[in-house]
Amino acid sequence: MASKKVLLQNINWCKGCGVCVGFCPKQVLKIEDDKCVIAYPDKCIFCKQCELRCPDNAIYIGGIDNGL
Amino acid sequence: MNCNETTKNYYRVDKLPHIWCPGCGHGTLMNAVVRAVEKLQLNKDDLVIVSGIGCSSRAPGYLDFNTLHTTHGRALAFATGIKLANPKLHVIVITGDGDSSAIGGNHLIHAARRNIDITTIVFNNNIYGMTGGQYSPTTPYGDFATTSAYGNIDKPFDLCSLAQGAGSTYVGRATAYHVTLMQRLIEKAIQNKGFSFVEGLSICPTYYGRKNKKGDAFEMHSFYKNNCVDIRVVEKTPEKGENKILIGEFHNDPKPEYTESYQVIIDKFQGMGGN
Amino acid sequence: MAYKLVQGNEACVEGALAAGMRFFAGYPITPSTEIAEISSQKLPQYGGKFIQMEDEIASMAAIIGASLAGVKSMTATSGPGFSLMQENLGYAAITETPCVLVNVQRGGPSTGLPTLPAQGDIMQAKWGTHGDHPTVALTPNSVQEVYEYTIKAFNIAEKFRTPVILLMDETVGHLREKMLIKDPSEIEIINRKKPTCKPEEYIAFKSDDSIPPMAAFGEGYRYHVTGLIHDETGFPTNNSQIADNLIRRLVGKVENNIDDFSYYEEYKLEDAEIVILAFGGVSRSAKSAVDKLRSKDLKVGLFRPITMWPFLEKQISNIAQKVEEIFVAEMNLGQYYLEVDRVAGKYCRVEKINKVNGELITPDEIISVIGGKYELQRNN
Repeated sequence: MASKKVLLQNINWCKGCGVCVGFCPKQVLKIEDDKCVIAYPDKCIFCKQCELRCPDNAIYIGGIDNGL
Repeated sequence: MNCNETTKNYYRVDKLPHIWCPGCGHGTLMNAVVRAVEKLQLNKDDLVIVSGIGCSSRAPGYLDFNTLHTTHGRALAFATGIKLANPKLHVIVITGDGDSSAIGGNHLIHAARRNIDITTIVFNNNIYGMTGGQYSPTTPYGDFATTSAYGNIDKPFDLCSLAQGAGSTYVGRATAYHVTLMQRLIEKAIQNKGFSFVEGLSICPTYYGRKNKKGDAFEMHSFYKNNCVDIRVVEKTPEKGENKILIGEFHNDPKPEYTESYQVIIDKFQGMGGN
Repeated sequence: MAYKLVQGNEACVEGALAAGMRFFAGYPITPSTEIAEISSQKLPQYGGKFIQMEDEIASMAAIIGASLAGVKSMTATSGPGFSLMQENLGYAAITETPCVLVNVQRGGPSTGLPTLPAQGDIMQAKWGTHGDHPTVALTPNSVQEVYEYTIKAFNIAEKFRTPVILLMDETVGHLREKMLIKDPSEIEIINRKKPTCKPEEYIAFKSDDSIPPMAAFGEGYRYHVTGLIHDETGFPTNNSQIADNLIRRLVGKVENNIDDFSYYEEYKLEDAEIVILAFGGVSRSAKSAVDKLRSKDLKVGLFRPITMWPFLEKQISNIAQKVEEIFVAEMNLGQYYLEVDRVAGKYCRVEKINKVNGELITPDEIISVIGGKYELQRNN
């Protein structure tokens, strides 16, 4: 693996609108108590559909690129 | 701060979360603006974002540039003064449908006519959101708003046609769903030396959506996904555009830019005259 | 130094250029249009810019924008345009953006008497834009003074970071007189205070002396400007204490510094028992009336405010305590009278001499009111 990507959240910014949940092609996300929850992180394919459309900059792909 | 690098670099992160309602398309469109600026590697000190009044116009407060939140409808007039005073600045106006085409309609057509180098980005949510959901110049015929209780009998503006007709040298439209297209159009709009106009069809689940039974934010995005066609497709196959919303680059026809034309006058007459 | 025969409106442009105006935005309107025309011709010669906007709302907006980008800016208009500029005049006040707005007054209301003089915008200058706000308005009465006070208008705007209104009337705007153009070395020019701190330390609306240093857009200080009530950082807030502080500071920075720009003329006031208070075009008639009434052995003097706003309360109160009566002569139905009476009314009688027919109040009209009353008294 050249890099280890992770799906991250800023839960304080999330307003629970569900746009990310709707557009996630792998059903990684769900809404719980009016906030988005990363329910199945292992299923994430890092396609960035959530990050691209989240109106609140509250979900994103992060991680450490080890440069290989 | 817990966010991606783009957000860290271009936002005033201490001002987030923003004031917009859950699911509002404006946040997504604002991100398209930021990504375009990032892609073009513009110096933050050289960029001015000007807005008027309304939901859209709260955007500049969250962005780490020179930012100016002006009076309702007048953003382009303020921006004109800024650009003329210092043509080296990149000037982007973020405005709304009511701000740009009702109270600010006159400023829009005249800024476009002059072809002054200002990039205008409209977050069009088809409603006055900030004041609670009144119909705007882009509310579709027959639709409901708090001031069109029996259905809207105004005919809506096609903002892109309006801007193009008034002389805008770059015109395009995308949606909160079509964010990568939105970003590309903004990049090209900024690069156009002249008046550029990009309409971003936004979503307002709180007012326009609820009043017109358009569903939640995801459903409103999906509507754009399923009902928009790129102009290039329609140019080849016109029937694909029937009853669809056209998106894409509509017009790209550079013409002499206003501040450059003015500089020609200064270069010719500076130092002449006097008492 | 050079003398020139010019019109008041032309003197305004000369003064503005001398003060450093390098941006003008305007919309044609009688009787101020010459200011736009001459600016359009002269500004490029000075490396400056002129733009004819789509209306007066846009003109006011454009000069604020240009000023925020660091360029001294002006617009000029008359009544109907002045009405349209009110919204953004308030914006300039709350955002503390220096700029000069010239209003060459004509008869109103509405389209009124476009080519004829009036002084009916006195209260509009003070209260035209909504909310409590600072107001500075200067009223020259000669071509030379138009030149001088246009320069002062810019200096006050820059020093106090506030819009300044040059309140002319058609009489003065279209008056032709000899004007002395000063050598630049003889002219005091004040420029806005700039921040000296590092950009990351800049707090855009924080100051020690109630006037915050002002960075121009593009100078590396990225800050936020809004017409909403804002805190010292420039960002909106509904905090009641911050709102109160801001409005009091904005008004206070002008009101508390009025001694810095209290301009007026006193004529034969030393032994005066009767005072004519007049300004702008009317003050020229008033001065002539003073001389003629003096020849009838009436001890009449003239007080002419040049600083119209803030109101010269101290000076007018002092005069009121020494005289029997003040006649406020103005081309409206008694707008400035209201202020004069408020301050002077407890010490002396205050009377009105008014005219709203588009004609200048003549010396004879003033003489007939004052002479009529006092000669009659004396004869009885």
